[in-house]
Amino acid sequence: MSEKFEPVIIGFTCNWCSYRAADMAGMGRIKYAPNIRLIRLMCSGRLDPTFVIKAFAGGADGVLVSGCHPGDCHYIEQNYKAMRRFYLLRKLLSQMGIEPGRLKLLWASAAEGQIFADEVTKFTEEVRALGPLHWDPTAALEAEQSIYQPAEVAA
Amino acid sequence: MSKEKIGVYICHCGSNIAGTVDVAEVSRWAGEALKDRGVVVSRDYKFMCSSLGQELIQKDIKEQGLTRVVVAACSPHLHEQTFRNACKEGGLNPYLCELVSIREQCSWIHPDKAVGTEKAKAIVSGGVEKVIWDEPLEPLRVPINPVTLVVGGGIAGIQAALEVANAGYPVIMVEREPSIGGHMAQFDKTFPTLDCSACILTPRMVEVGSHPNVKLFSYAEVTNVSGYVGNFQVTIKQKARSVNTDLCTGCGICQEKCPKKVIDPVFEAGLGYRKAVYTPFPQAVPKYPVIDRENCTYFLKGTCRACEKFCPTGAIDFTQEDEYFTFDVGQIILATGWDLFDARRIPQYGYGRLANVFTSLEFERLTNAAGPTGGKVVLRDGVTVPKSVAIVHCVGSRDQNYNPYCSAICCMQSLKFAHLVHERTGAEVYNFYLEMRTPAKGYEEFYQRVLEEGTHFIRGKVAEITDAARYPGEEGKLIVQAENTLIGKQMRVPVDMVILSAALEPRRDFKEVARLFGISCSEEGWLIERHPKLDPVATMTEGIYIAGCAQGPKDIPASVAQGAAAAARVIGKIQQKQITMEPIRASIDQEKCSGCRICNNMCPFNAITFIEDRMVSEVNPALCQGCGTCVAACPAGAISGTVFSDQAILAQLDGLLLNNLKTLDLTPA
Repeated sequence: MSEKFEPVIIGFTCNWCSYRAADMAGMGRIKYAPNIRLIRLMCSGRLDPTFVIKAFAGGADGVLVSGCHPGDCHYIEQNYKAMRRFYLLRKLLSQMGIEPGRLKLLWASAAEGQIFADEVTKFTEEVRALGPLHWDPTAALEAEQSIYQPAEVAA
Repeated sequence: MSKEKIGVYICHCGSNIAGTVDVAEVSRWAGEALKDRGVVVSRDYKFMCSSLGQELIQKDIKEQGLTRVVVAACSPHLHEQTFRNACKEGGLNPYLCELVSIREQCSWIHPDKAVGTEKAKAIVSGGVEKVIWDEPLEPLRVPINPVTLVVGGGIAGIQAALEVANAGYPVIMVEREPSIGGHMAQFDKTFPTLDCSACILTPRMVEVGSHPNVKLFSYAEVTNVSGYVGNFQVTIKQKARSVNTDLCTGCGICQEKCPKKVIDPVFEAGLGYRKAVYTPFPQAVPKYPVIDRENCTYFLKGTCRACEKFCPTGAIDFTQEDEYFTFDVGQIILATGWDLFDARRIPQYGYGRLANVFTSLEFERLTNAAGPTGGKVVLRDGVTVPKSVAIVHCVGSRDQNYNPYCSAICCMQSLKFAHLVHERTGAEVYNFYLEMRTPAKGYEEFYQRVLEEGTHFIRGKVAEITDAARYPGEEGKLIVQAENTLIGKQMRVPVDMVILSAALEPRRDFKEVARLFGISCSEEGWLIERHPKLDPVATMTEGIYIAGCAQGPKDIPASVAQGAAAAARVIGKIQQKQITMEPIRASIDQEKCSGCRICNNMCPFNAITFIEDRMVSEVNPALCQGCGTCVAACPAGAISGTVFSDQAILAQLDGLLLNNLKTLDLTPA
């Protein structure tokens, strides 16, 4: 392990605040960790918990969920729903043996490019410290399929 | 193997992207590695958004028969529409085009070219996977209600209302106070021309009050807003005036006869009195008075009724109750204005403790010919003319302890005060300023004029205002202690009167206003515009506009300009007759819906209704805003969202993780 571990991080951002925060960070030419790859949703409330599980299963080492500040949601209050799912997901992840620290919730307004950049860098370091997740997607897929094999159920 | 024919276009954006991303390599890679995913064309070009770049896409759509397009360039918030339009012109449904950002989220933030190139590949790969799942859509069109709601009857709101009304469209104006006019009605003179504020404002107020297209609600508040652009429903609470406006002629006899005098904290800034039944000032629009129930003797003790006795038309109605009206409006202009910084928060300036320290609004009332002193500049005792006056700039603004921002109008206002003190009393005037800011037409010339009048300008922040005399000549005076930073010396200036040019602050209830109308405000509380330079009067919420000081501190010309600008935007929308909306909507598959009603409570727009007889839920597409929360919440997977479907997001996820290059097959069956 001479090479430094570069975690892969998937970021789910809402269209109105946090994606614009990422835009703002770019416009300000703020340099931050390149490990994050963003998926734009209309609202953080759109975050289906499945997305997070699939991201980990697919090879992500960390997942960032980002939305508007509480009270600032473009859709009035949907970020609160994202928040509830976030806490539930952390619990679920720990039950699955995944460190809850691999999932982060960040409120970032459209003006907070610097905060977004700083938090992404910080989160990247946190995930780097946790090390690779090593969740083999094919193994997960096989496990999934094995559950549904009627033969095994019968046996 | 996808059955789609995908074109991938990588933009150089000059050197903005090409500087830290090897665009040729990304383009080559996409053409080869993603060939199995359906990529048939992959190109890079200097400026994709230019007409030549757009033609490139259109040519490929026609010649290669592309069914999907991915452009990797700047943020979708900048050019998504550009490329969607380009595809539309090329004959492809605009929603089959994905713009992925490799500038804001890649080239601009990562200095390392190798890292940037690898990340750009992942982003492109995510875009390619997502675009496969995109569906052809048509934008939704909804009719727009031409009625416009203007909240706030200050000069910005008045201007906006008149512009819209004069264009021939109906306006509903809501003002919290008994009369429209706002802060401008309190002033005597306006800088830099020193024209009389009432002379230029009152004709406008009258025009609003009598305009056939304007329905004016004063002494009223908006209590509820629902709906969406073009189709808002607003509830207006008309507070009980205790005066029947159908009968009242505005003769003013009730105000004359009312025995109860009350200090007027709003219009007179606490410097003068009004009656318990009152109009804030004689030129009030509408002319009908209101009874202040907190102070009226009848409401407090059950006796008096003097106003009722003397009213020649029997318009006084003590039994009146608050009324609620609901209106359908298409668009909303917020011109809710500002509140004055409470100078008591700076105790060392002595406001509220030292009698002859005045705030700027109090001084405005002092100089007003219709004010409590009839325009005479006198001390708090009401008779003594000051021989020396200190004017302190930047009170509560440009101060890290209170408000970091510049209040924009205080320098000019202080210069105006200096001139008025000179003109009316001949007193010595000392202006304590930090920097002199006179950045508009005629302002610098006005500064020169005040300089020539002999005003003393001392550059330095005032440390303290005290009545504790230390040296001869200071007895009985207010001593202004400051450092003159131009000569580097401490000064003690004894004066008779001090005027604090206090900061403009957001309305105290800005949070409720922002929540009510679903818009955001800055840290300080100013309402946030859609774009600080290019879209200064629109907000992030379609159909809601802001004007005047609600957006930030500004002077009268700027407020008027914003009022007119907001009106122009509103009129432009009305004339389109219908509004095009993004077709990002949720829909429920009624076959799959189990009728659990979990989604019903998820929707903040009440767009989901439960149909009792069929035991399923249904989405009203006109109310749905497309947030997708219900899609994520549905346990049966019966709700799907357009543009951001589960499949599209999961496919993009796999693309970003480059799992699409492996054996997992994600192609639509």
